[in-house]
Amino acid sequence: MRSRSGTRPTEDSRGLHVQPVTRSDLQPPEPRASHCNGDSVGAEEEEEEEEERRYQLYPGHIPTSPLQKALLAAGSAVMALCDPYRHDMVAVLGETTGCLALPNLRDKMKHHPEGHRILQERPRIRLSTLDMARLRGLPDGSLGREYVRFLENNKVSPDTRMPPKFVDDEELAYVIQRYREVHDLMHTLLGMPTNMLGEVVVKWFEAIQTGLPMCVLGAAFGPVRLSARKLQVLATELVPWAIRSGRNASCILNVYYEQRWEQPVESLREEIGIFPPPAIRV
Amino acid sequence: VYQVFESVAKKYDIMNDSMTLGIHRVWKDILMHKMNPSPGTLLLDVAGGTGDIAFRFINYVRSVRERQLQRKLKHHQNLSWQEISESYQEDKFKSLGDSQVVVCDINKEMLKVGKQKAQHLGYSEGLSWVLGNAEELPFDDDKFDVYTIAFGIRNVTRIDLALQEAYRVLKPGGRFLCLEFSHVSNPLLSRLYDLYSFQVIPVLGEVIAGDWKSYQYLVESIRRFPPQEELKAMIEDAGFLKVDYQNLNLGIVAIHSGFKL
Repeated sequence: MRSRSGTRPTEDSRGLHVQPVTRSDLQPPEPRASHCNGDSVGAEEEEEEEEERRYQLYPGHIPTSPLQKALLAAGSAVMALCDPYRHDMVAVLGETTGCLALPNLRDKMKHHPEGHRILQERPRIRLSTLDMARLRGLPDGSLGREYVRFLENNKVSPDTRMPPKFVDDEELAYVIQRYREVHDLMHTLLGMPTNMLGEVVVKWFEAIQTGLPMCVLGAAFGPVRLSARKLQVLATELVPWAIRSGRNASCILNVYYEQRWEQPVESLREEIGIFPPPAIRV
Repeated sequence: VYQVFESVAKKYDIMNDSMTLGIHRVWKDILMHKMNPSPGTLLLDVAGGTGDIAFRFINYVRSVRERQLQRKLKHHQNLSWQEISESYQEDKFKSLGDSQVVVCDINKEMLKVGKQKAQHLGYSEGLSWVLGNAEELPFDDDKFDVYTIAFGIRNVTRIDLALQEAYRVLKPGGRFLCLEFSHVSNPLLSRLYDLYSFQVIPVLGEVIAGDWKSYQYLVESIRRFPPQEELKAMIEDAGFLKVDYQNLNLGIVAIHSGFKL
């Protein structure tokens, strides 16, 4: 099987097999003169391939019909609930249900100077673009230092975010990608770890901020796996704070984080409008 | 094709059940009944990765063997206890009656899953697992009584070579059996089947196995595969005689059979 130049199957740290492969890679060579249903199918297939290449708006894009999207949304929602380790299902749910929220977010970005710049320059947050050593060297309390601390304490990496597959607009695909990559920064700004409780709190905040149905569902259903004590803390302190902050804050996608590593976290929080986190151990 | 099955191996069985709503089990049972193996049969199951056909073969042969033994016992009514217990000793170690199945697959991952299943389900004797390519089998000529390939021939690049190899390794009098997706001629069913295949199956692949592309490939490879009559001709070209096919579910699946005479 010939492989495409520049791409190779990769396995991310969560063990998900991410394989960038196109249809042409998967087609076995046909050495026999194809009597297969006559030549019309051969021509049909080529036409289909052409069409699909035309419809593939960005690398990794899988064009889907409305029916497929609906089935994917339902299936991924169920699977995400049954198996919380299927982060790819959460991602798929976000993509298939975001058709209203994503254009909304994109417009918010367009009408904001910093957001507009982000849309133009399309920065990506990943280990290869971040200078980890420099960020680690920044003073305590700065965004860069705290972000790296968060990554190390929780043993996560920005490179495990799923690339979008089912978003049928190239710019919106970037918007959702940006939202995913900024998620860890949300954790940092909100001071929430990556345990179940912390994730739910961040989801509440994101639900208010983005309006993505996936966040709303995650915020609503995430708590079902929490203990009663945690639920109490969640309901009485954390969620109200998350909602207040979410409402008060400006759009989190309109912040060019990569240009603000030196800025102290507290100052950035104030600027965006996030209230200081409650003094509770999560 | 190899990479497709590497990622697919672990979720293969779950996906099969979901995609066919469990009907693939019935298809495989029908194949086994058609084969009707007697104890002492040596079966080669090609592209048999996770062992579905092999396990069914063992079950079938075991039950045939049990009935054989029961019949033998009935005939022993007039023997002394001594003679009966002696014949028991003989048959005790032959619960399979010398039947054997060799599972051959080109993919290590599929074989691994198969071996694990065998252990889990308690199959130990009469089974061997061999890594090999259907186009170039690592076996001598005239070795096997039956050759099966269930849902595997579709993935072979040179089907004609696989058929030739099948002919080569079968004993004279041996039988070739192929279970594979085929063509539906009924127009209404065909449209429903296409709708299901193209709309639902890749979604199932994404949701259950996290792999849209492999299952999209699967559906497309089914469409590209030769229809019943054409496959029959190809099997005849390889030298098989008395070649015939049986449609299951109006042609969604077909069993092709041929003999080396």
